[in-house]
Amino acid sequence: MSQDSPLWRWLAAPGVLWLVLFVVVPGYAVLAVAMGEIDTLLQPVPAWNPFEWNVGFVKEAFSSVVPGGVYWSATRNTLLYVAATVALCFAIGYPVAYYIACKAGRTKGLLLALIFLPFWVSYLMRMLAWIGLLSADGYVNEALGWVGLGGNDWLNGNPFSVIAALTYGYIPYFILPVYAGLDRIDLRLLEAARDLGASRPWTFLRVTLPLSWPSVLAGIVLIVLPMFGDYYTNDLISGSPNTNMLGNTVNLLVQGGSQKNLGAAMVLVLMTVLAVGMLYYLYETNRQSRRRA
Amino acid sequence: MSTPTDPTTPAAPPPAAPRPAVRPSRIPNWMANPWGRPRWLSAVTWIYILWALVPVLAAILFSFNDGRSRSVWQGFSTRWWWGDESLSVLHNATYSDALLHSLELAALNMAIATPLGFLLAIGLDRWRGRGSRPANFLMLVPLTTPELAMAVSLLLVFTQLSVLPFSAVHLGTTAQVIGQVTFSVSYVVVIVRSRLAAIGPEYEEAARDLGASAVQATRDVLVPLLLPAFLASTLIVFALSIDDFVVTQYMAAGGDTTTVPMLLYANARGATTTPALNAVATIMVVVTLMGVLGAYLVLRYFGHRTEGREVQGKEAMQDLTV
Repeated sequence: MSQDSPLWRWLAAPGVLWLVLFVVVPGYAVLAVAMGEIDTLLQPVPAWNPFEWNVGFVKEAFSSVVPGGVYWSATRNTLLYVAATVALCFAIGYPVAYYIACKAGRTKGLLLALIFLPFWVSYLMRMLAWIGLLSADGYVNEALGWVGLGGNDWLNGNPFSVIAALTYGYIPYFILPVYAGLDRIDLRLLEAARDLGASRPWTFLRVTLPLSWPSVLAGIVLIVLPMFGDYYTNDLISGSPNTNMLGNTVNLLVQGGSQKNLGAAMVLVLMTVLAVGMLYYLYETNRQSRRRA
Repeated sequence: MSTPTDPTTPAAPPPAAPRPAVRPSRIPNWMANPWGRPRWLSAVTWIYILWALVPVLAAILFSFNDGRSRSVWQGFSTRWWWGDESLSVLHNATYSDALLHSLELAALNMAIATPLGFLLAIGLDRWRGRGSRPANFLMLVPLTTPELAMAVSLLLVFTQLSVLPFSAVHLGTTAQVIGQVTFSVSYVVVIVRSRLAAIGPEYEEAARDLGASAVQATRDVLVPLLLPAFLASTLIVFALSIDDFVVTQYMAAGGDTTTVPMLLYANARGATTTPALNAVATIMVVVTLMGVLGAYLVLRYFGHRTEGREVQGKEAMQDLTV
């Protein structure tokens, strides 16, 4: 119906204008600053004209995040922590999502409500909660003390605390899409597999798991994207440069120091890495949906 | 399979009985067949839920601690809520200012992002011409970009670009509202569009068939049907705004523009921080949950009503076609 009516364009216009002004232009500003110069007061001089671009900072940023570079440890930490967090989210989150979607029965509504709760508790509040529990005289150390493992320093550059905190912070965002994916699975397919003689574990491995795989990938994307820009978890749970991630590097360069050019270039590095990841994700989901068709 | 008929062979094997669904076994069933009776799955789920919620409950409890510690329980008191004359949430301006600023930003964000996203959702859903694909892509960018990248880009544009309208925006409340609206709009679009997909095109088509113009059909038929999505997204925007940290911090200018999440970030590790910080965080949790509960109730209430209306609508259309 009236798909060419100008009404729709006019309804979308204010929102599109807003996004152009505050997403596209700022995106270009990052590019201009990254490709710009630096003045004697160490303030950035953006190069708005693409013909005046200077690739020095971008080169510096890219060479700093590879092995041997200044920020290699941040890259390494990011990759390690993100990989560990994704693995933990899968190991904990998948069974939880599976149980709620397929096996919870009468308690499904209650469990869903409880799973949703952490979404609406501020992320920083949830980190605050762990700072109390993990502090030197906190209850985690006290509980570990009963088995003779107390007296740990959890909050000063301990990578395990950072991974645990990231998992705690992001796992709700993983469980939700996986739950939605498992909930959508046509139960007749599982019945068909059982009727054809597949055992229950085999049905799970060959039917349920592959069918839910796209939603697992979606969950991974959903938690990996923000983790690459996360600096607050690290600042709150570790506070030590030893566990810095790429997000910390960007934050320090842009907000902390006088190296906004390099900071902007680091944002470009971050976006490049994530774009490669996103392209792989799109390729993978495309391939799977085509295979199913 | 033939059944043995010779009575002289009583030891003949009986007809192959159907394999029992549950094979008797000395191993407990749930262990031999973990996906059958999901006792351990249920345990994992409940342990997960405890792990997810108990620390937060502990942090809330510590706001009632009698001592200064935020990690060791020293008895119950309300001193950090209102008892202490200078350090409690009620009496310390740092906390009340941050709370008020958080609420102010949330109100402004709701007032701008919800209508903007609402119109954008309807527009993007129907607009098929040139430019609609890039616009759809643009809408997704804030959802697929780390918040830090958005925050840095907004900071650079407001501090480096001396062209209107950017030169008119100074860091502080205005920039904070712009930043929050920019990422909230996309959430509104997603919520409203999913509702649009559920409604389908029939009502508007019926209205158009009955002689309504595109504007009339949208205003008198579509918008009322979308009202629950509008209210729900308002409350979601409220919750997003209240809980936002990165963009709000990057767009802030000094103490006047500190929000509660910024206060949490700055003081959570402080050695001199009192449980009043837990109290102010608790207030935010309660306020957010109230907003989300409101959104849920709105959707449920209107969900039932529109289900009733849907039946009426279908009947009305049958009348029309007959």
